[in-house]
Amino acid sequence: MKEKNLITRILATDCGSTTTKAILIEKRDNEYRLIVRGEAPTTVEAPYEDVTKGVLNAIKEVEELAEIKILDGENIIKREKNEGEGVDIYISTSSAGGGLQMMVAGVVDKMSAESAARAALGAGSIVMDVVATNDKRLDHERIKRIRTLRPDMILLSGGTDGGTITHVVQLAEIIEAADPKPRFGAGYKLPVIYAGNKNASEEVGKRLEKNTALYIVDNLRPTLERENLQPARDKIHDLFMEHVMAQAPGYKKLMDMTDVPIMPTPGAVGLLIEAIGNRDKIEVLGVDIGGATTDVFSFFKKTFNRTVSANLGMSYSISNVVKEAGLKNIMRWVPFEMDEKDLRNRIRNKMIRPTTVPSTLDELQIEQAISREALRLALEQHKAMAVELKGVQKERTISDAFDQSASGSTLVNMLTLNLVVGSGGVLSHAPRRVQSALMMIDACLPEGVTRLTVDSIFMMPQLGVLSTVHDQAATEVFEKDCLIRLGSCIAPIGNIKEGQEAVTVRFEGEEHKVNFGDIKLIPMELGKRVKAMIIPAKSLDMGIGKGKEIEADIEGGVVGVIIDARGRRPFTLPDDEKSRVEKLTKWMKALNVYPEK
Amino acid sequence: MAHSYTPGLKVTEKAIVKKERRLPLKGTVLVKKGDIIKADDIVATTSLPGDVERLNLAGKLGVPAKEALSFMKVKEGTEIKKDEVIAESKGFFGLFKSTIPSPIDGTVESYSEITGMLTLRKPPKKVEIDAYVNGKVTEVIENEGIVLETPATFIQGIFGIGGEVKGILKLLAPSPDYVLKPQDITDEMKGMILIGGSLVTNEILRACVSKGVIGIVAGGINDKELKEFLGEEIGVAITGQEEKGITVVVTEGFGQMTMAKKTYDILKKNDGKRASINGATQIRAGVLRPEVIVTYDVNTAFSESKHTELGMDIGSVVRIIRQPFFGAIGKVVGLPHQLQKIETEAHVRVLEFEFEDGKRIVIPRTNVELIEE
Repeated sequence: MKEKNLITRILATDCGSTTTKAILIEKRDNEYRLIVRGEAPTTVEAPYEDVTKGVLNAIKEVEELAEIKILDGENIIKREKNEGEGVDIYISTSSAGGGLQMMVAGVVDKMSAESAARAALGAGSIVMDVVATNDKRLDHERIKRIRTLRPDMILLSGGTDGGTITHVVQLAEIIEAADPKPRFGAGYKLPVIYAGNKNASEEVGKRLEKNTALYIVDNLRPTLERENLQPARDKIHDLFMEHVMAQAPGYKKLMDMTDVPIMPTPGAVGLLIEAIGNRDKIEVLGVDIGGATTDVFSFFKKTFNRTVSANLGMSYSISNVVKEAGLKNIMRWVPFEMDEKDLRNRIRNKMIRPTTVPSTLDELQIEQAISREALRLALEQHKAMAVELKGVQKERTISDAFDQSASGSTLVNMLTLNLVVGSGGVLSHAPRRVQSALMMIDACLPEGVTRLTVDSIFMMPQLGVLSTVHDQAATEVFEKDCLIRLGSCIAPIGNIKEGQEAVTVRFEGEEHKVNFGDIKLIPMELGKRVKAMIIPAKSLDMGIGKGKEIEADIEGGVVGVIIDARGRRPFTLPDDEKSRVEKLTKWMKALNVYPEK
Repeated sequence: MAHSYTPGLKVTEKAIVKKERRLPLKGTVLVKKGDIIKADDIVATTSLPGDVERLNLAGKLGVPAKEALSFMKVKEGTEIKKDEVIAESKGFFGLFKSTIPSPIDGTVESYSEITGMLTLRKPPKKVEIDAYVNGKVTEVIENEGIVLETPATFIQGIFGIGGEVKGILKLLAPSPDYVLKPQDITDEMKGMILIGGSLVTNEILRACVSKGVIGIVAGGINDKELKEFLGEEIGVAITGQEEKGITVVVTEGFGQMTMAKKTYDILKKNDGKRASINGATQIRAGVLRPEVIVTYDVNTAFSESKHTELGMDIGSVVRIIRQPFFGAIGKVVGLPHQLQKIETEAHVRVLEFEFEDGKRIVIPRTNVELIEE
């Protein structure tokens, strides 16, 4: 690979489960900028069964749009000098082939097993199941489960260093008895990573070395008070490349094409979210809604967490969103009446033909309704996983006794949240940016003052992997071309009578009043930032107590400032269809969400 | 213009179908390269390791894990019968002995001195795989299975349920838009695979199961009725494991959908012939679509119908695969290079589509699939 300062043209692809996206970045006038983007259907499926076909198609589109020759037949031209045809580096991420699917095991479900799940999720994996000695299953049930799931790899943890070894050895025995086989390829051993009590390594080795490819790394929970997830995560990344990727159709070829190892898509996006939180010292929530999965990333109290909801997505998994959320919850966001039979068939047809796009307004509204529920469910799952360490002894004072938060409570706090970053086709490609803003508000229900952004054209994965080789290029493109600042959302907590004055927002001599049950859009251009006084009604709360006014920084954007006085804790929608449709229509009109029919 | 790889389903009268038949674990392959085999022939067999039973031996004997081994009456690797004594404590002066009987028939696999757990394994289960279709063995995958090849009529569906079945095809729908009625299903159809028209309902599926029909191929199915038939909602698009007594292959999609004329005509031609069908569908990567295969004699010589892999062009025949006009078949008459704004206000790559009656519309390029000529 070329030296960093000689890199001026970068090609990056992300092979999603549905679409392969390619971007071309160039250094022009001393800064790195996105030049063009191309995309093509992912070709992991039959009849092509070769991921590089889709990659080459996406690159061809880039070639055409940028009018630069990049390909020589099926090869990417790598430039010797900084001029002419070709690129300086080529990098890629991937979630195609079902991504990375893991099974984790730990001694106690809320302690080492949960830490192991966090390690796996943070590395970009889907966690198929968590086995723990206290998961209330019998050994033979656990064994059967391990056998039938056929994960790509297993992460085994348990015990603090120097503690008892019996339980973790017992888990090793269960894995040994299951004699698990990997999902792809019958000819190699299943990788198992052991990241538990170091004193048990030898005994675990005795049981697993023969029939699995065992790797021993540092304990991910060396003491109850400390998690050490990085060594396990790094090993997961290595094995993902060596075993999983190498088995998926066409990936061997793709691995030869890239200059640095292919990274799992969610791992790459996570890198970016964590970097924003650290750099700006803010609390961040990232949501990435894909075809097969929805990833949620959060950075609260300086702790990064990521979860993947494996079966919540907008194409392959769209029917599962309906199954988990229930049709009624989907319907509550659709601003027109609709026959259940018809809706079900439409959703199924999207599932079986996942690359199609809505071509009518009704179809778009249905997809955006489903996305709200997919995001809502994924966020719920994230809240349950992004928690403080459990099992930690805390000294309690009298004041703690009145505080309901216990060890293990969720880190996700919608009130202290500063920034939401939305990504994934349905958010990045929404025809109007205000649609993305409202989808995120409806699904996440931010409280207080929250800034909203979206990934402009869905390139966070590529920038994530780029940040590992060229931080400057990744940051510049992220700031200037990737992140679209939509604006801010102001939402008081609580409920009062419909129509009563709920909140007043004052800045620069302007005053905006919004009644309860309404939502209002105040245009404020991109780049503008003002100090605003926000005065909630007597029974509503902006975060420091009922009726107490706050001063806050409000940022404009391509959408503006949305004052959401529709209520929180809880936010409700009318049950009867007619009033529900009326209300949705009113809100959508207030924000000019859809074109008039 | 970049190629537009639009996934299309294979529907062809003449194809060389390759089938890999592989054991879930290593075992014995029973046929050789070059053998001509029948669909029902067993091609490979293996034993799946039996289920495991774990016993807290040290706990039951009331001794430390390290000591329990000395109380065992059987060695690792020995076969045991249910209730056979596998361990016995010494008791007190020979009295109050406690005996531990085996809970299963099987073998003693291992004892752990760390956990005090004894692992017993039930006898292995025999697994056999058949050829599924007639054909010639072209490759033997050592200890795992075979690849066989055959000239065949091959139809891919879009969605299905149920696994592999073999039976006689019976044309029931007089036209591709026909909706089957319960009275169409009779006792003579036992063991057969029915060719329906545009819709299969829950009522029809139940009638088929009660008459012993093993498979049905139709244009469409309502999701609501599928849910009623299965008794549960399908979440993720991975099917084939359903055990409902029937395999269903849907060729077009959900809702009432007239079967594509080409598919219908090919199926009609094969009325009365033996077919192998599989409803298993997996839409995620490593995609699997349901299928109908009718084999020819292995020595039939023909040139394979060309499967469209190169992409769409002016004149290509395509089917619309999304509302509105779902299912309509027509010709591509324009492939504009630039992105265009559609009703949703999205800017997408489009194509100009001409219906059979000459009417033209502009639709997103991703909303059509190629149909082979």
